[in-house]
Amino acid sequence: MLTNFMAWIDKRLPVTDAWNKHVAQYPAPKNFNFWYFFGSLAMLVLVNQILTGIWLTMSYEPSGDGAFASVEYIMRDVDYGWLLRYMHSTGASAFFIVVYMHMMRGLMYGSYQKPRELLWIFGMLIFLVLMAEAFMGYLLPWGNMSYWGAQVIISLFGAIPVIGDDLTLWIRGDYVISGATLNRFFALHVIAMPLVLVILVFLHILALHEVGSNNPEGTDVKKPKGSVPVEEQSKFTFHKQYTDKYDIVDAIPFHPYYSVKDIMGVAGFLILFCWVMFFAPEGGGYFMEAPNFEPANGLKTPEHIAPVWYFGPFYTILRVIPDKLLGAIGMFSAIIVLFLVPWFDRGVVKSVKYRSKLHLLNLIQFSVCFVVLGALGTLPATPLYNNIGIIATFGYFGFFVALWFYSKNEKCKPVPERVSH
Amino acid sequence: MSNVPVNNGRRRFLTAATAVVGGAGVVGVAVPFIGSWNPSARAKAAGAPVEVNVGKIEPGQLIRAEWRGKPVYVVRRTEATVNGLAKHDDQLRDPNSEKAQQPSYATNAYRSIKPEFLVALGVCTHLGCAPTYHGGDFDQFVEGVSEGFFCPCHGSKFDMAGRVFQGVPAPLNLVVPEHSFTSEDTLLIGVGQGDA
Repeated sequence: MLTNFMAWIDKRLPVTDAWNKHVAQYPAPKNFNFWYFFGSLAMLVLVNQILTGIWLTMSYEPSGDGAFASVEYIMRDVDYGWLLRYMHSTGASAFFIVVYMHMMRGLMYGSYQKPRELLWIFGMLIFLVLMAEAFMGYLLPWGNMSYWGAQVIISLFGAIPVIGDDLTLWIRGDYVISGATLNRFFALHVIAMPLVLVILVFLHILALHEVGSNNPEGTDVKKPKGSVPVEEQSKFTFHKQYTDKYDIVDAIPFHPYYSVKDIMGVAGFLILFCWVMFFAPEGGGYFMEAPNFEPANGLKTPEHIAPVWYFGPFYTILRVIPDKLLGAIGMFSAIIVLFLVPWFDRGVVKSVKYRSKLHLLNLIQFSVCFVVLGALGTLPATPLYNNIGIIATFGYFGFFVALWFYSKNEKCKPVPERVSH
Repeated sequence: MSNVPVNNGRRRFLTAATAVVGGAGVVGVAVPFIGSWNPSARAKAAGAPVEVNVGKIEPGQLIRAEWRGKPVYVVRRTEATVNGLAKHDDQLRDPNSEKAQQPSYATNAYRSIKPEFLVALGVCTHLGCAPTYHGGDFDQFVEGVSEGFFCPCHGSKFDMAGRVFQGVPAPLNLVVPEHSFTSEDTLLIGVGQGDA
């Protein structure tokens, strides 16, 4: 009965074929480690954000007069409203933690290198849209930090010569941030950005499955057709799209092997996530900032404006540069250089395991600088912090410059032909 | 069905012409979508001028008025403050107010109509935060200058004429909005001197 039904469907839409190609017969390298949890976790959080977001819109009122009160209404009067909101707000921070780890994985194992440049670019576009999505979402509770955070970020566009002031007026739709701004941000946050995000995730996965997954060794598990004796090939059945072109070694089907492994990751992640959501939903003032429990007030700037933690690194770069236009350029460049990593890295060895000590040190200093910049972004601007921020900014950009210089003739260890365990 | 031979030149022309006309259509359709993001008629109407009674401001006191949703700072400067303005010119980015951040009638040493009253937008020219007024304890930020404005967001500093100090993120002096005095004690923000 079910077989007949599936046969009927498959004649009209290749459902079984797509399932096999992308899930049940997708060859994934057998040596994925802890770092490979974060892709599937990002998908989980995306689903969480979309679901809880839809439910929140059912009680939220997108207007300058009603927004703040409607969030309080969700928190106090709607059954489980507090839970849905905390799932959404904790999810936002979790999204960035997971995505930053996912990006770190890519940097460590050279997952951006040829032929995965486009895959990396789709990933970076996802990151960019995610930042826009988070920024617009942060205005919606219409608290005082929402208001002034948006004020600062929108004013960045005012740094553009000639058209800057008109552009900020156009983005706000008013002479100041007002209900008009709130409403358009709401529309973009709940419809436009999520649509773009879902499409980009789809393309990210399609591009991944076209070139195949990298792994911690950085060796290819797809060997040229006919180069590997049958007894050394992987014993599993893979989709003919892969086996027609390649001999596959050291790989296992994504499902059930990695679907089950990812469930382990999901369980671990949910324990942490739920702990934060139930016991520290404000994240110590970092996930939800204290001034945001006051309604937006255009005449009173909070004493200390700090972006939510996940924008910290870029915000610090903005403010340590003592020039408005250059600061804005510095901040946007910090994201653009990430897009260009596949071309800054002129090496051929992918994994940090087989690359030079220099590369390892460079990666470590980059991570340290990134974390320091992030921490400074949430702290007030004192001269000491400013100087530390300048050093960390040099470290951040220095990573890319140094990479370009040493990767051309880097002394690497020999990369094994096969995954050894 | 005719069997006329294919004319590639004509095909290319038709394809290009269709693309151009279609492109023009796309541009035309974009107009309302982009235009709808401009401030609405209601938002524009809300930008009406605001009247402020300055007669009751004590010397050294700052009051905030709201105009177009932005804070406007009105300070009654003491004579000592006014006289002190010229003393730190060398520490300022634009001591002579050469950049057009004020109407022509306020392009003078005090950046105001009457030396006594400073009228300036309380909007930092860096990223739009509201600078805080330090009347007496400003020397913690700039040595030797006892009064001024300090922006808590990114540490920009301004003197009592709204002029920006060097070495801070803000590039320009505070904006002096169009304003005029309709009587001795009545300040009208939003209408320039001679316009009304």
